[in-house]
Amino acid sequence: MPEKIFEPWNDPDAKPLIQFKGVTKRFGDFTAIDNQTFDIYEREFFALLGPSGCGKTTMMRMLAGFEKPTEGTILLAGQDMAPIPPNKRAVNMMFQSYALFPHLSVWENIAFGLKRDGRPKDEIAARVSEMLKLTRLEKFAKRKPHQISGGQRQRVALARSLAKAPKLLLLDEPLGALDAKLRQATQFELMDIQEKTGTTFVIVTHDQEEAMTVASRVAVMDDGKIVQADTPARIYESPNSVYVADFIGDVTIIEGTARRSGDGYEISHTEGLPALYAVSDAQLSDGQRVFLAIRPEKVEITADKPENKRNALRGKIIDIAYLGNISTYHVALPSGQIVKAQTANTRRLSRRSFTWEDEVWLSWTDTAAVLLEH
Amino acid sequence: MRRLTWFNATSLTFGFAFLYLPMVLLVIYSFNESKLVTVWAGFSTRWYGELLRNEAFLDAAWVTIQVAFVSSTIATILGTMGAYVIVRAGRFTGRTLFSGMIYAPLVMPEVITGLSLLLLFIGIGLDRGMFTIILAHTTFSMCYVSVVVSSRLVTFDRSLEEAALDLGCSPMQAFRLVTLPIIAPAVVAGWLLAFTLSLDDLVIASFTAGPSATTLPIKIWSSIRLGVSPEINALSTLLIAVVSVGVIAASIVTKRSALRQEAEERAAERT
Repeated sequence: MPEKIFEPWNDPDAKPLIQFKGVTKRFGDFTAIDNQTFDIYEREFFALLGPSGCGKTTMMRMLAGFEKPTEGTILLAGQDMAPIPPNKRAVNMMFQSYALFPHLSVWENIAFGLKRDGRPKDEIAARVSEMLKLTRLEKFAKRKPHQISGGQRQRVALARSLAKAPKLLLLDEPLGALDAKLRQATQFELMDIQEKTGTTFVIVTHDQEEAMTVASRVAVMDDGKIVQADTPARIYESPNSVYVADFIGDVTIIEGTARRSGDGYEISHTEGLPALYAVSDAQLSDGQRVFLAIRPEKVEITADKPENKRNALRGKIIDIAYLGNISTYHVALPSGQIVKAQTANTRRLSRRSFTWEDEVWLSWTDTAAVLLEH
Repeated sequence: MRRLTWFNATSLTFGFAFLYLPMVLLVIYSFNESKLVTVWAGFSTRWYGELLRNEAFLDAAWVTIQVAFVSSTIATILGTMGAYVIVRAGRFTGRTLFSGMIYAPLVMPEVITGLSLLLLFIGIGLDRGMFTIILAHTTFSMCYVSVVVSSRLVTFDRSLEEAALDLGCSPMQAFRLVTLPIIAPAVVAGWLLAFTLSLDDLVIASFTAGPSATTLPIKIWSSIRLGVSPEINALSTLLIAVVSVGVIAASIVTKRSALRQEAEERAAERT
């Protein structure tokens, strides 16, 4: 029997764990969250992604109970959360600053929540050592938070928030304080722990790479609204707006007007240049203003005009960003528009085919680009 | 080491002389054999012996310690509560007025504080004695405590309290189990400040003390009026010794723990 793909959001019978129903949050005149309705399912790793000030942290603080929605309701497993204070919720949070209690040892930090529940001593001890093992902190149980390194502190914070086996774990920029290498390792560790414990995770981050790596679904937020919530692959491949396309990864946006042609549209963008072509399901009227979004890695860069390609443009290389494994070429079209093209550096740098000021041809397939209305 | 210039050496000498010469004289004369304070008649510890046999001084010292202990403890509790409300309660109507009123007694002339307390105690018919001194000292020293504690609370990471709530604490438990242990050094510092203020207060105590209870500063002051006795010198020397030992011990302890913490943090980064 083939393994069932985990996507409860496509299953009409699945019961969501968390439901936001018309939730609005205002601070005075400022609207932090604007009438949001969406669901998060059990065992999901849900990422709230957006620039600072977009409302993602407010969203999380409402789930934890530190803020109350101005309008609308939040349901956890079908129960309205509004009257329940933070200390009575089956929700735990891992804080951005970790918020480890400096006067308590690692062991006591992890046991803190269990003790508040008044569980028997041996049960607490068993649970704490289980958590220490899960986060590989056995050796540090007796140390105080200032006696361990940043990465270890991050794991203590995680162990502490998981100790009470919450229905929902909230992570507020959990890897923000770690350096790049440690961050990557920890991302995989987080996914591993999420899978092992079967807890639903909601993570807040401004790092799109982090969201893409760990999450089952990513919600891209802007100005108090979720612009698009979907799997990382769909967010990347079929963004629903210029904002999402631009926020996730690198992209070139070409503005033009659409005209129906075959199973897609012709987009005329610059006077005197042939129209571009993109296959699309979108329902557009002729002459409508559209945006063509094309990812750099889907653009091929060649010295000669490619045969049999409808999307081919001539331009001059004005900039090269060399990243070791890949290079991104910034190519200026005669109209001044910059198009980015990315190639893997399969040959040594000295054998590179193109350099600054070279005249090159850019081309892409009919299905490579995405047509966006706004 | 840089050598001292002539100018620096001179100003240093004069500065320290200005600060400490009177005290040095006092310490020297406390070991004077003669009954006359200004005439040196050889080394002796005679006045220390006399002091220990002087019931009036010992009683006053005992009252002072009790007053200082009780008033600083009450002031610490009230001052901490006040600081917590001002820093944490957010914006409420009258917040500025309230916090202003907590700090106002700091700049209020002591004579006025003492006089108004005296009028109050007479007005409500409270007999003046140890109880009224305790009340008076609590009133003015809780402002100092609340200044010390609120400056610590301002830098306190709020998410620590939220984490405690998140892990199942009631707000009261969060304060007792997380906030209080972390701000404890500031609370202790506030208590020590209140204790010292109460120990050496003369003005407010003389307004609020009654015949049943006299504090040491009042006692010293009133016996000076009958002429400086070598016993007073001995008593003052003992007070200086107690204060110096306390200050030196406190700074050694703080310095050591800071060094230890630094070393441990360095060790943690290496693992």
